[in-house]
Amino acid sequence: MLQVALARLNQGHRTIAYPAQPPTLPERFRGLPIIDRARCRDGCRACADACPTHAIELTDGGPRSDLGRCLFCTDCTEACPTGAVRFTPDHRLATRQRDDLLVDSRGLRLAEALAEKSRRLFGHSLKLRQVSAGGCNACEADLNVLGTVVFDMARFGIQFVASPRHADGLVITGPVSENMRTALLETCTAVPAPKLVIAVGACAISGGPYLDHPQAHNGCAALLPVDLFIPGCPPHPITILDGLLRLLGRLE
Amino acid sequence: MSMPRSLIVHNGHAFPLGDCPVLPIEQFRQEVVEGIAAGGRLSAFFAYPGQSGALRLLAALARAGEGDVAIVSADVGSQYAAITPDCPQAHLFEREIFERWNVRPLGHPWLKPVRFPESQTCGVTDFFQMAGEEVHEVAVGPVHAGVIEPGHFRFQCHGETVYHLEISLGYQHRGVERAMLGGPHRRTIHYAETLAGDSTAGHAAAYCRAVEAVSARRVPARGQFLRGVALELERVANHIGDLGALAGDVGFLPTMSYCGRIRGDVLNMTAALCGNRFGRGMIRPGGVMFDVDARLVEQLRRQLDAVAKDARSAVELLWNTPSAMARFDGVGVVPLDLCEQLGLVGVAARACGAGGDVRRDFPYGIYRFAHIPVSTWHSGDVFARAHVRWLEVQRSLAFIGEQLHALPEGRIIDRPGPLAADQAVVTLIEGWRGEICHVAITGHDGRFAAYKVVDPSFHNWFGLAMALRNQQISDFPLCNKSFNLSYCGHDL
Repeated sequence: MLQVALARLNQGHRTIAYPAQPPTLPERFRGLPIIDRARCRDGCRACADACPTHAIELTDGGPRSDLGRCLFCTDCTEACPTGAVRFTPDHRLATRQRDDLLVDSRGLRLAEALAEKSRRLFGHSLKLRQVSAGGCNACEADLNVLGTVVFDMARFGIQFVASPRHADGLVITGPVSENMRTALLETCTAVPAPKLVIAVGACAISGGPYLDHPQAHNGCAALLPVDLFIPGCPPHPITILDGLLRLLGRLE
Repeated sequence: MSMPRSLIVHNGHAFPLGDCPVLPIEQFRQEVVEGIAAGGRLSAFFAYPGQSGALRLLAALARAGEGDVAIVSADVGSQYAAITPDCPQAHLFEREIFERWNVRPLGHPWLKPVRFPESQTCGVTDFFQMAGEEVHEVAVGPVHAGVIEPGHFRFQCHGETVYHLEISLGYQHRGVERAMLGGPHRRTIHYAETLAGDSTAGHAAAYCRAVEAVSARRVPARGQFLRGVALELERVANHIGDLGALAGDVGFLPTMSYCGRIRGDVLNMTAALCGNRFGRGMIRPGGVMFDVDARLVEQLRRQLDAVAKDARSAVELLWNTPSAMARFDGVGVVPLDLCEQLGLVGVAARACGAGGDVRRDFPYGIYRFAHIPVSTWHSGDVFARAHVRWLEVQRSLAFIGEQLHALPEGRIIDRPGPLAADQAVVTLIEGWRGEICHVAITGHDGRFAAYKVVDPSFHNWFGLAMALRNQQISDFPLCNKSFNLSYCGHDL
């Protein structure tokens, strides 16, 4: 007993001050990507050609990136001959609409809070059922981390629950493999209405690295109505938490 | 002198595909059976369309005693006499070959689906059943209670006692191994990094070593050291996470809570290296993408010390709590002879007293110069699997500290050119779960004509099934966590 108390004392208080204070992220962290179109050379398509998931499209106004497909790898930044593409340390990436993840010179339109009625229902107690559907398990790992003392998601009333019957919504990861399609849809049906659907990670939003694989479905948006998109490969836990808190109207 | 019956190669050394003798199928079978009886272990066994048009079998036998790999090959028709009855460790490989290529291993005792790849309903198969009074069946999954991957578990029970557990996977099948064919292309490294997300460094290193071997490119020393750091950080993070989760599964919350946090601290060290907590973007063909400066080295060494101190306090609390230890001792035992028959690898095997570790037996990269003592325990139970993890955490932390101290100067990457045609290579890596094996074969065009991935979980899932025999079903979560196997690494 004494040892338990001593260990407790030594381990200290570890919960981050976020959202009261900004999160601490590593210097090399790759957050919101920015393409400075003024630096693009005429006819250059190096970034688009290097992108493994076709996340960069060349439009009349210059390159446009799709955060829903972005793996946040360095293939585009390395390929760019002028340094026009770079990752900022901005961890805020979640949106309510799929189209809002298409980022051009206007920047990102971050997720708005739920309508008043839904906020009254979920704002202070949101129970989520997670379904892993064909990914690599990294998104799941960093969702689990939200339950540790560091992020302590429960302090916002958000928790993962074992049964879909106890849940207010689903958190979906993975490109939705054909082998998980039925189980995912049945789990969603088992969640009582009104319910939320949250797509976490490039796979769940667009198929991610498995884009257009015949064994998967390019994410869950074609199968279910999605209320929140959280991009990343995998998203940093703070990006996920930011998205959830925005959805609940708990961030300014 | 008789004709050679196998080709002896080394871990990560490319060889011309034509050098590998192609045996008649009966001789192939005999060679594999004898090789395993002599102490070899099936690291990979698969079929691929040969250049002659026939389907070709290739078995890679890792021979720890000799420190090399024996490649055995044969052309096969629509059927052959199964190897499994003589070598149980071949069972899942033969099921996979049957499922993928419709080559029937005659006499296979358990020829069931592996991944349900096409036009089959995942999880629908003729499960083994036990009959009798008071016998009952428990079905769990694919959607489990926690935030974990999908899989289906079918228990045959009498009261609380499990007589048999059947594990049916395939839900995470996303066609990633098949998509490696025709590569390398711009997505290939990302496939490698997501074969099993928690083993990003391990699988990326296995893939990159294959590319480097076939393009005859050497990784600069500094790149090798930094790869070693990334690989061992991955091991430390996952082992500490598992120790915490094991404590959680017996309701011992202090260690669970502390280890959950410490695991995150280690992931953050990886992120300090390369910007991503899972090591995405760190390891690339020819070396690594991110260098360290004196300031970052100092920061990492400070964090290493803090992790070592905090982890010791958290884990010793677990060892010193008899009520928690009572739940680890003697639960989920896998005896050594069974471990060897099944060909278990990694932590699961070292916890049965088997001494295999790729870093020592088939050294590669940094491990050719700097050695890590192999950690084993003899009891084969949940405690042993936890204890080996803790021993490895300590060894790896010390190793990382040493490498950061002794970093050689120079470049971190030498990018490889195109791959040579008609070559093959077997790369073995000691991932945190155990042996990761990649086999790459290039065609006339220098592109991957075959690419085989064997995650350690592929060997070890059956070990979990056997560990559950005669255990209480309520101990399943604990046993499962003590193996902590990958679904996506198995399903590919």
